[in-house]
Amino acid sequence: MLLATLLVASFVIFAALYLAPGNAIAALSGGRSLPPGSEQVLEQRYHLNESFLAQYWYWLLNALHGNLGISITLRENVSTLIASRIWTTAGLVLYASVIILVLGIGLGIVSGLRRGALDTSTLVVTAVSASIPAFVAAIALILLFAVKLGWFPALGNGTGLVSNIRHFTLPAIALATASLAIVARVTRTAVRTESDREHVQTAVSRGIPARYVIWRHILRNAAIPITTITGITVASLIAVAAVVEVAFSLNGLGAYLVQAAETKDIAVVQGISLVLVTAFVVVNLLVDLLYAVLDPRVALGSGPG
Amino acid sequence: MSDPAQASTTEPAGAAASAALLEVAGLSLLLEINGARRPVLREISFSVAPGEAVGLVGESGAGKTMTARAIGRLLPPGAQAQGTIRYRGSDVAALAGAGLRRYRSQVAMIFQDPRAHINPVRRIGDFLTEALRTNMGVPAAQARDRAVDMLTAVGIEDGARRLRQYPHQLSGGMLQRVMIAAALLTGPHLLLADEPTTALDVVTQAEVLAILDGLRRESGLAMLFITHDLDLAAAICDRTIVMYAGQVVEVRASALLHTDPLHPYTAALAAARPDITLTVPRLRAIPGRPLSPFEAPPGECAFASRCTHARDACRAAVPGLVALDGGLSRCVFAHQLRGQLQVVPGG
Amino acid sequence: MSAFSLAGETSAPGRGLALLRATGPAGIASAAVLAAVVIAAVFGPLLAPYDPNLPNLSLAWVGPVGGHLLGYDFEGRDVASRLLAGAQTAMLGPLAVVTISVPAGTLLAVTAAWRRGASDAVISSGLNILFAFPGILLALLAAAVFGASLLAAVLALSAAYTPYVARVLRSAALKERSEPYVAALEVQGAPAASICLRHLIPNIAPLIAAQATILFGYAIVDLAAISYLGLGVQPPTANWGVMISENQAGLLEGYPLPALAPGVCIVIVVIAVNVLGERLFEQAQAARR
Repeated sequence: MLLATLLVASFVIFAALYLAPGNAIAALSGGRSLPPGSEQVLEQRYHLNESFLAQYWYWLLNALHGNLGISITLRENVSTLIASRIWTTAGLVLYASVIILVLGIGLGIVSGLRRGALDTSTLVVTAVSASIPAFVAAIALILLFAVKLGWFPALGNGTGLVSNIRHFTLPAIALATASLAIVARVTRTAVRTESDREHVQTAVSRGIPARYVIWRHILRNAAIPITTITGITVASLIAVAAVVEVAFSLNGLGAYLVQAAETKDIAVVQGISLVLVTAFVVVNLLVDLLYAVLDPRVALGSGPG
Repeated sequence: MSDPAQASTTEPAGAAASAALLEVAGLSLLLEINGARRPVLREISFSVAPGEAVGLVGESGAGKTMTARAIGRLLPPGAQAQGTIRYRGSDVAALAGAGLRRYRSQVAMIFQDPRAHINPVRRIGDFLTEALRTNMGVPAAQARDRAVDMLTAVGIEDGARRLRQYPHQLSGGMLQRVMIAAALLTGPHLLLADEPTTALDVVTQAEVLAILDGLRRESGLAMLFITHDLDLAAAICDRTIVMYAGQVVEVRASALLHTDPLHPYTAALAAARPDITLTVPRLRAIPGRPLSPFEAPPGECAFASRCTHARDACRAAVPGLVALDGGLSRCVFAHQLRGQLQVVPGG
Repeated sequence: MSAFSLAGETSAPGRGLALLRATGPAGIASAAVLAAVVIAAVFGPLLAPYDPNLPNLSLAWVGPVGGHLLGYDFEGRDVASRLLAGAQTAMLGPLAVVTISVPAGTLLAVTAAWRRGASDAVISSGLNILFAFPGILLALLAAAVFGASLLAAVLALSAAYTPYVARVLRSAALKERSEPYVAALEVQGAPAASICLRHLIPNIAPLIAAQATILFGYAIVDLAAISYLGLGVQPPTANWGVMISENQAGLLEGYPLPALAPGVCIVIVVIAVNVLGERLFEQAQAARR
């Protein structure tokens, strides 16, 4: 199922070249004028004289071998350009995911188990924070923590691990804000729902101590929907990271993708899109695997329907 | 097991009461339903002696499950209870901490829908041994052995393999046996059985009931058996309590329920059950529908609107319990109607 | 309490209002906020006190003064006026996305639900493959291929959202399809399209409305993000996302307002949409029970 997604996505990405107005050469060059002779080179390299499907096949084959073509604007291998930037994006997404997991799930569990003031305030805060897009959060964070308080830098990657972490903190928070709220809400609902289930009543009636009831019956069962929403959320971070990278001038894949889209560097756009979609599919795959571990009723390969 | 006369609310907690395992006195319950406080139980009083099987019968909404949950300390938040429940003389409501956990190991509850009441993502073995390990400090290996033995006792062979299985791999009937096994593992003295066979097919029902009954008698376990089926209660229990609209309306030795009922409702219930051996022109249903406790008009007999024997006196005040022939009836005309209420076959 | 238990409400506008009333004070407040933004969107350029598009570099970054509540932006244009003008693209774009993806998704969902069997299997496999695909990625691709524009972004987002809508509506449509009244109508010889249009779809209408609202919220955020990246609405057109990116430099120089104000507008609108969508969704669930 997920492989099908990958296949279809790669097809779409490739086909985009064909939907572009004008012929393929014009699209590849982004409308720039080319030195004589390079047309032949392009034709050969991209097998432009052969059928559509054959070209797709060559492209895919190349991609699987790590050859994603050449960037028109920077005249370098796309793969090299990606490799140098992939860790920025990966680090950012990882950092944000940790924030979401710890704060989002944590908040959801606490407000799901307790009723009262904490719960209501959680609901209000998450309702607002879920509506704050990453780039708006970025602005607010830069304003408060970088300009006014000076605790964190406002731009750039930094050099060295510690500096990287400092530079990535505000971007990670910006990226995590909206998703954190959603995860917290879903977690809270899941914990509430599980607390009301009959099998929890049974456990209580047997005199099982409260902490066991909470961990082994409520949270353990709530882990299923929590995993689903966390998986969806983390996967979506992969796309939104681009926006945050631009906002904070980070040297990541997303920012580069945007740049390439602006300059119509098709090979780069295709290459990065393929990488991002693959990452997306991999995350979903991991969630499915986790699912099979958590829920013995699920047969591997079917997923939660 | 002679005198089913029950302890009144004013009976001193002393000699006579110490014989009773469980004593419910004047239990009234208010629940929050749709934002309003509604009465669900009204002045429920009864007792259960050690080793005795008592049936609790009534239609849906009569308050049977709530009574059991009150005894089991499983009331939902927002519930207000009045009256007392005593187990071996101690006030159940006042229990807390270790005392409460000990109480839970001695008063076990089995529920109606086993599939909903067993955690689907954990193994059967965990379910069975959990209380032993966490509440009673039994080491895991010992707990497992006991679980396997108990599974055999409820008729599940190959217990060791079953321990490793998950609930979705077992049928409803087997799950209910597992539920019974789990309840009995802690060595309780009182079993609260809330419609344990209602969700099962008839054949499985009979099997499970036989197991339950057998084990109960073997271990001298007292039981409060909740059901809507009058005949079922009569078959298993020595004494039956009939509830209507949140009140006790009759207490009677089970054997006499059909031949000599003391309350019109009981008689109507018994009559309404179709008899497989008879052909009648028309099924005898009780006119009207069962009332919830908060729907019953205050200050009169709750059954009056559906009773064929109702008269003005029935609507004047809520009838009290009348002792009669070793039983109890909440009917103003209990004495007068005695002998006229029994079910006449084919009539 | 179901919205449809309100007696006498049979006309579509009547039911719509009843549904709205049933969403409670929060829902009504949100609807009011949205209505205000829609008015701003429609009449914005007329309501704006100053010309939102007239640059005057000598006034760049000047703070709130005189009749200029929010000051001037990096090109010396009145921020408040640009906000009002920006309401247009902020609402129009998402509206277009929803107008395309909701009917398309409904069509797919109802077709799959109606035909069941093989058609359903094919459609729902397709949906399962596509539904989680991030819209922004598709929009970036579209911008690269067709050139950056609001149209390209709208089309890409619509394409990305349609499978999501279809997937959500499909299960509701399936349930509705198996209702007895549908079988009754079929037996009477009513044509499939007629049953779907006059009975099936109206009965899942509250769910469709709730989904449309939620999607509208996603579209606002996604489109603003794409415009922020420079791949959607192009400057000098006023657009909240574009305004943030244009004026971001001001943050570091001590002129936060021109970048902050559009951000606040976006958040307020999205909160209103989310609250309304959630309430509508609850009503839809209640009505179906």
